[in-house]
Amino acid sequence: MTMQIADSVSLSAPDARARAHAAAARNNLRTEPRAVRITIIALAMIFLTVFVVLPLVLVFAQAFSKGILAYLSALADPEALSAIKLTLIVAAISVGLNLVFGLVAAWAIAKFDFPGKTFLITLIDLPFSVSPVISGLVFVLLFGAQGYFGSWLRDHDIQILFAVPGIALATTFVTFPFVARALIPLMQEQGTQEEEAAVSLGASGLQTFFRVTLPNIRWGVLYGVLLCNARAMGEFGAVSVVSGHIRGETNTMPLLVEILYNEYQFVAAFAIASLLAMLALITLIAKTVLERHLDEGHDASDH
Amino acid sequence: MTIEVKNLVKKFGSFAALDGVDLKVDNGELLALLGPSGSGKTTLLRIIAGLDWPDSGEVSFNGEDALAQGARERHVGFVFQHYALFRHMTVFENVAFGLRVQPRAVRKDEATIRARVKELLDLVQLDWLADRYPSQLSGGQRQRIALARALAIEPRILLLDEPFGALDAKVRKELRKWLRSLHHEINVTSIFVTHDQEEALEVANRVVVMDKGRIEQIGSPDDVYETPATAFVHGFIGESIELPVQVEGGVIRLGDHPLRLAADGLAPGASKLFVRRHDMLVGPPGSGAFEGAVQHVRNFGPVQRAEVALSGGQTIEIDAPRGRELRAGDTIGLEPRRYRIFAGT
Repeated sequence: MTMQIADSVSLSAPDARARAHAAAARNNLRTEPRAVRITIIALAMIFLTVFVVLPLVLVFAQAFSKGILAYLSALADPEALSAIKLTLIVAAISVGLNLVFGLVAAWAIAKFDFPGKTFLITLIDLPFSVSPVISGLVFVLLFGAQGYFGSWLRDHDIQILFAVPGIALATTFVTFPFVARALIPLMQEQGTQEEEAAVSLGASGLQTFFRVTLPNIRWGVLYGVLLCNARAMGEFGAVSVVSGHIRGETNTMPLLVEILYNEYQFVAAFAIASLLAMLALITLIAKTVLERHLDEGHDASDH
Repeated sequence: MTIEVKNLVKKFGSFAALDGVDLKVDNGELLALLGPSGSGKTTLLRIIAGLDWPDSGEVSFNGEDALAQGARERHVGFVFQHYALFRHMTVFENVAFGLRVQPRAVRKDEATIRARVKELLDLVQLDWLADRYPSQLSGGQRQRIALARALAIEPRILLLDEPFGALDAKVRKELRKWLRSLHHEINVTSIFVTHDQEEALEVANRVVVMDKGRIEQIGSPDDVYETPATAFVHGFIGESIELPVQVEGGVIRLGDHPLRLAADGLAPGASKLFVRRHDMLVGPPGSGAFEGAVQHVRNFGPVQRAEVALSGGQTIEIDAPRGRELRAGDTIGLEPRRYRIFAGT
């Protein structure tokens, strides 16, 4: 009799413990212990501070280390002005080209079925998967003195490498996917029904594009252009290979930052860098605003 | 405007969406294309609209080759199943679209366009929504705006793809009546696609029943219901009892049981017997062509729906009038008031 009681106790004790464990585990699924939560959040914050915020602050601290006058005169330097101008020109060219190509490619991929479509989608992503330095080298191989078109170009006195066209080409290549990538999923989701409706109502191809297709993707276009522009202005690797680093002529802002830094002109280097950092911040804010608009667009399409 | 379709074939890969379709639509008709999904009805509609192209065959409007024209030139009003309203335009601009994209030479002035849009919004009884955006409308309102937009170009033909497919049952019924009276008012040749037989029978003057890319039957709603031309039509329209039977030597057999039904003029071989649920008359055991045991009974207003296990083993559902109440376990005789037998399995 006593044996039996002892048995039942020894059986029920682990049973109760298991139940308590299970209940605790259920609670743990919903809320981590306080200490764990604080530790994890703190780790994330410290990481972000050290790797993102601190460098950003340092850029501005260094730029203004000799006062605001030194900062301004560094930016007013002819070399700096020329780099800023070149960067703006190159960005304008490559964003313009990629806007057109990206729109056309996204339109073709999203609205039509044709053989080789998957291949085209893969091709669009190529610039993302290739190292920018390789991208630059490709253009050297094509247009350099020893390249495929080198002698022909020299005979016709056309300068591509070590000049604006080369830099613009390399930048365009590297930033090609941005607009197309932003638009393809958006256009695929929207389908072709509105276009069909427009055509059946008598609209021409151009009218359909400008009155129906484009307004529907306008936030997506802006989003793609924004990211494309940020990358175009910040591109270093590909541009470095094709630019030739001719002072006051073929140096873009990122290239000039490196050169100035290597010459121990820290204030000047960080002054230019601060402009690029500001571009990044503005891009970030604009991106957030645009993403909200894009979400609204998605909601509206949820009939 | 009359529409004539001749021997239309359209394949998607190896799947034949349309497999030799011939159809004539008279001026001012309201025609329904009825069939299950995948029967090719929407493909046919899209080809008539110029949104798709056939692999072979002819389409003509008033005897004029329509395939020589693109969708833009055909002047066909198309109403999409999911409305396809321009989401970035107001209701007013949606309806005005067809008028605004006209070539400059024939484009109306702004005042005329405004008056016309107002008139159309009145016609669909939604003038008070002119400044809203499509996302702010209910499904039924969107559908009516889509219709007003299609009518703005004064189409020669109106095509509607599952116009009420995405709406709830009550709105659907209202819109059906409304569409019929609207068609009466504007009297433009119209074709609508539906998979809902009730919709087709209630709204259309003529019904085209399609299956697997072919037309099974063309006729008035009464025709296709009362005298189905094929086994498919009988099974698809109305609620039918379908039994596999064998015809041989002037006798119709269900399994081993010879049925007391006339087999005159029937080709021997495996066949299908069709009876409408409400055409099965209930009598005492031994009184009819069939005999069976009632499994269970549910009441739907004026009818009782009974599941009956026939002595041959098959289970059928019949609709009997209330009055002589059936009970589970009853053995009953069943006599088809009307039936049809189609050869083949």
